[in-house]
Amino acid sequence: MSFIKKPVARHPSLQPNKLGLTLRDYEGAMSTLCAGCGHDSITAAIVRAFYELDTPPHMIAKLSGIGCSSKTPTYFVSGAHGFNSAHGRMPAIATGAAAANRQLTYIGVSGDGDSLSIGLGQMCHAIRRNVNMLYVIENNGCYGLTKGQFSASADIGSKSKRGEANTQPPIDPVMLALSIGATFVARSFSGDKAQLVPILKAGLRHNGFALVDVISPCVTFNDHEGSTKSYAYTRKHQLPLVTADFVPHAEEIAIDYPAGSTTDVTLHDGSVVRLHKVSADYDPTDRKAAAAYLGERQQAGEIPMGLLFVDEAGVEMHAGAKTVDAPLAQLPYESLCPGSAALAALQEAYR
Amino acid sequence: MQATLDSEAAVPQPSVDRTNDFALKLANANGTGSASANSLLMQAIFRMGIPVSGKNLFPSNIQGLPTWYEIRVNKDGHTARTSEYDLMVAMNAETYARDVREVCPGGWLLYDSTWPLHPALHRPDVTFLGVPYAKLCNEAFSQARERTLMKNIAYAGTLAALLDIDMDVIAGMLKEKFSRKASLMESNAKAIRLGYEYAKAHFECPLPIRLRKMDATKNSILIDGNTATALGCLYAGATVAAWYPITPSTSVMDAFKALCEKYRTDKDTGKRRYCIVQAEDELAAVGMVIGAAWNGARAFTSTSGPGISLMNELVGLAYYAEIPVVIVDVQRVGPSTGMPTRTQQGDVLLCAYASHGDTKHLVLFPANPEECFYFAVKAFDLAERFQTPVFMLSDLDIGMNDWVVPRLKWDDAYRPDRGRVLTREELEKMPKFHRYSPDDELGVAARTLPGVHEKGAFFTRGSGHNKLGGYTEIPDEYQEVVDRLARKHAAARNFVPKAVVERREGASFGVIAVGGCDLAVREALARLESRGLRGDYLRVRAFPFGPEVEAFLASHDVVVVVEQNRDAQLLSLLTLETPVPKEKLRSVRAYGGFPLQASQVVQGIEAHLRGRPSSVRPAHADSAGHAREALGDEHANNGQARP
Repeated sequence: MSFIKKPVARHPSLQPNKLGLTLRDYEGAMSTLCAGCGHDSITAAIVRAFYELDTPPHMIAKLSGIGCSSKTPTYFVSGAHGFNSAHGRMPAIATGAAAANRQLTYIGVSGDGDSLSIGLGQMCHAIRRNVNMLYVIENNGCYGLTKGQFSASADIGSKSKRGEANTQPPIDPVMLALSIGATFVARSFSGDKAQLVPILKAGLRHNGFALVDVISPCVTFNDHEGSTKSYAYTRKHQLPLVTADFVPHAEEIAIDYPAGSTTDVTLHDGSVVRLHKVSADYDPTDRKAAAAYLGERQQAGEIPMGLLFVDEAGVEMHAGAKTVDAPLAQLPYESLCPGSAALAALQEAYR
Repeated sequence: MQATLDSEAAVPQPSVDRTNDFALKLANANGTGSASANSLLMQAIFRMGIPVSGKNLFPSNIQGLPTWYEIRVNKDGHTARTSEYDLMVAMNAETYARDVREVCPGGWLLYDSTWPLHPALHRPDVTFLGVPYAKLCNEAFSQARERTLMKNIAYAGTLAALLDIDMDVIAGMLKEKFSRKASLMESNAKAIRLGYEYAKAHFECPLPIRLRKMDATKNSILIDGNTATALGCLYAGATVAAWYPITPSTSVMDAFKALCEKYRTDKDTGKRRYCIVQAEDELAAVGMVIGAAWNGARAFTSTSGPGISLMNELVGLAYYAEIPVVIVDVQRVGPSTGMPTRTQQGDVLLCAYASHGDTKHLVLFPANPEECFYFAVKAFDLAERFQTPVFMLSDLDIGMNDWVVPRLKWDDAYRPDRGRVLTREELEKMPKFHRYSPDDELGVAARTLPGVHEKGAFFTRGSGHNKLGGYTEIPDEYQEVVDRLARKHAAARNFVPKAVVERREGASFGVIAVGGCDLAVREALARLESRGLRGDYLRVRAFPFGPEVEAFLASHDVVVVVEQNRDAQLLSLLTLETPVPKEKLRSVRAYGGFPLQASQVVQGIEAHLRGRPSSVRPAHADSAGHAREALGDEHANNGQARP
């Protein structure tokens, strides 16, 4: 990995957001991933999501583990602090960071190896704690950096580049997250930016852990015939189930949809996610029903896409820990140290 | 049956005044409520102003297995562990035979005489004192659980009579303890009286081993190291703590939580100025601490050896990315699961060089709860000044036993040393910020915190980076950074707690020890002096070693290194990190799991200095009986020290 700066070029048509920043201000260094990599499309969607949310770059913390996906935080929002940590350990580091400063916006970028193998435990526990962060899995079913071994998300029968078929059942992050109480679960496709951007925005504003599993084909090792994580396969089998519009706080909801097919979920900050159900059978606010329906569709060989479940009433980590509103890292020392008189008094109990 | 004694064990002589100078051992079954009776006794002696120690030798078990408590009283302050028991309180039938064997000749044994004693268990050289506790308690109390619990309180009453414990002190303690539970107070007071009055009526009280009020503890407190550590973390201003439960460190976080609830909870809103996360494992615990520290909070984790093993991976990340974290290691016996409820100093090398690649850490070695408090505060200051992980190595003996230590003091003028952190204003004025350059005379570069300013943004990484913070695979750029890290570590030697040096006029050798060895070593040196062997003493309190350690090594021809692990880890570290020639060093080690005894140190040193290696034998058999503590030095034969 090298560090390639993007040339500064300002297009006159680039519109500034409310902070006066353009899309370019949310970009990062030049990607060094393979040309056509799905991850780069996700990076572009992340850039757009932050831009459209008017997030001050320095109030963003972007974290990752190790792997192709985990390189990508370098490629977006160069004005944000980044932490490229250790393989599978990003959830813990993000948890600690969030504990210390609850005012930043946290995005964790991970991959299927990072999250579903070496970091499976940490991801599950971050979900259980409902850490306030957007957690993106860039899921390609294989290990790219070590040249294409199967990952834990590879489907049974999916073939490697050399033609070898995977025999072990996959771990599905969506079903897993639903089963352990995730409060925001989505699946998208790197090739569908229109679907992905609103999901990312809603996930960033969700008060709690937002899991977004993005199928992101590996053009070098897993985009061939026989792979179930290729562009062609995903396009053919995707089942758009719930599309989402993100409606910022205090903005009128102007999009017109037929009555009965939409559900509005009001987020913590007052903004709204409007969910459009493609199937009348599907209720994205009912965990049990959602899990049952998704299980059924997946059995039928379909890949359900969209914002599949959201529960804004879940107890976020800080709410559970009852921490003060101000960031712990910024509390004045005087409010933390009980002082000499208290120490003297306390020691009477140790006599 | 004769107790197995070696020449070193001091056989009590009737003519010697044993007032305020004796040891007792109490044998119980785990989970019967004996702990409260035993700590009541120890606390009463403390309140009588007499130097005392209590060692809880407990099994890794919740209920039923044998457990022992040892109390040593010593007017001169020699309160290291001793296995020369003058009085045994044998309340556990399962270990009875072993307990009888362990009493010193001329000593006493207190037992429950509700049932007749098997003649085979008798010893002619020990005075047996029988009190029918079960019978007395069955008559006095109606509830089954109460009958069991009160037997313990009753033997405390007997000991009060036998040892002449001030009954007013005991009455006062019960009053404090049960001020809100009148019924409990009444039954406890009743049980105390049962045991006390029976002793007064049947035995000659007090025994020659007895207590007499002193004035030696009025400026002291009775506290365990884990509580003191937690207090230090509280006073240091730690706001984020993450941990995974593990014996013997769990009570660090229990205490931290209790203290935070008391001092860091907003009275009106109930909101907390702290966040404690019980992690899914130690990998995550240290990860959370790293994340929190990266984000500007003072953060720590507490664990024991197995946890350190798991944390190794991310400790390297914190070291290389230069993130200040505090890791408290309350050492227990390893390797692997080892003996979780036994003490050892087996993590010295593990912590000094934790993680893969070239790593070196700052390590603090408190010797007692008092130092746990001050060193915990120091650990945060050092971590932030040097932007690196700091280990504090306590052990089970220090961490979980109550110690008499001077009252803790706090200077209200103290403010945390947050090290070099750039403010928003400073960043505004800077043309450009680079994370690892320029560095100061300590090798430390300024860091920035997320959320402060866009100009301070950088990419923290555990992958190869240059001094600007950018990714690199270029040899010179990589080396420049890791060489600076080595410089930083070396610079810290003048900032860590200095070694404590005690010199004796005409000393012919030096002794170096670490942590919880301190009391036993000082007692041993006093004993050796009375036999004409004078030694200087240095207690290492931190790694890297300060210049005073090198000076001490240089000024002695023979230096005995005393420590509680098999492989002479401190000795190894000294040979690796100072210019001392190996030939100068001798090793004395005890690592069976019980706290070090002066007799073990005396034997070990004498074996080296008098050239009598054949006399080196394990000290007095321990309560584990078959599990004798190995000691001395098998290498003494050829005069070579470990390693």
